[in-house]
Amino acid sequence: MNKLYKKTVLMLSMLVVSVIAFAQDKCQRTEMADGLYQSGKIYVVVTVLSIIFVGIAGYLVTLDRKIGKLEKEIKNK
Amino acid sequence: MDSSLKGRPGGAIWWKLIAVVFVLYTVIAGFLVSVPAQPILHESIRNLYFHVPMWFSMMVILFISLWHSIKYLSKSTIESDIIATQAAHTGMLLGALGLATGSFWARYTWGAWWVADTKLNGAAITMLIYLAYFILRGSIDEEQKRARIAAVYNIFAYVMLIVFLMILPRMSDSLHPGNGGNPGFNKYDLDKNMRLVFYPAVIGWILLSVWILTLRIRLQKLKRKLMFNE
Repeated sequence: MNKLYKKTVLMLSMLVVSVIAFAQDKCQRTEMADGLYQSGKIYVVVTVLSIIFVGIAGYLVTLDRKIGKLEKEIKNK
Repeated sequence: MDSSLKGRPGGAIWWKLIAVVFVLYTVIAGFLVSVPAQPILHESIRNLYFHVPMWFSMMVILFISLWHSIKYLSKSTIESDIIATQAAHTGMLLGALGLATGSFWARYTWGAWWVADTKLNGAAITMLIYLAYFILRGSIDEEQKRARIAAVYNIFAYVMLIVFLMILPRMSDSLHPGNGGNPGFNKYDLDKNMRLVFYPAVIGWILLSVWILTLRIRLQKLKRKLMFNE
């Protein structure tokens, strides 16, 4: 289980790293939000959204733990 | 899904981790990976990574609901009824998010919040059908009876969902992509890069929805236990 867990973490982190490689692709000539990328500020939005999602995920984790604790308590009663 | 079998109360953790990492990946890659330049859509094509997974997840979650309704009818264990109900609730959350994001997207591509379109109306009717499921449940007091009647209705509801979301839109012209005889996302020129974001997005959101569903189920079971202990 622990080995599998480590392997999954490694695989997933590699996946995230690979995004950076794709992010290097430049858009075509057609008018897209190129300016945003040049000014670099799209990363601000990406970071904000990431923070929000990490917050929500963390919230789910705490909910999961709280429910787990309750389950144990009721089981031991 | 049954937490009492293993040592950890919530069961295995690895798939929850995959859910979080995949969705986080799509939030990042969804903005940074290049997309094909399309008229009208422009950058809003990136909504595909977020709007469509809501509906895919809803279909999966409601299928779980259907599955457990059928299971209830054959085995009559109240656990199946709990899972079916909570899955219907989770599915409605996803459907509401899908409708809201779709409506917002339509405003800036088709020019209106709502269009009398087979796909859109079908989605709205589906939601109403599932709302009726909750009304039906609320109107029956006796537990066994409620579970049985609701399970039968739930089977009907899923069949209607398939009809309204998958069949009818394909039989008539629709603004929505993937309809009017058009089987998928070809219209979007879903290219190699987009697939690399879209597929993890779908998997990530489905797993995340299942996680939310398991939390709801565990909470409901706790409530039930408390009710009978007191």
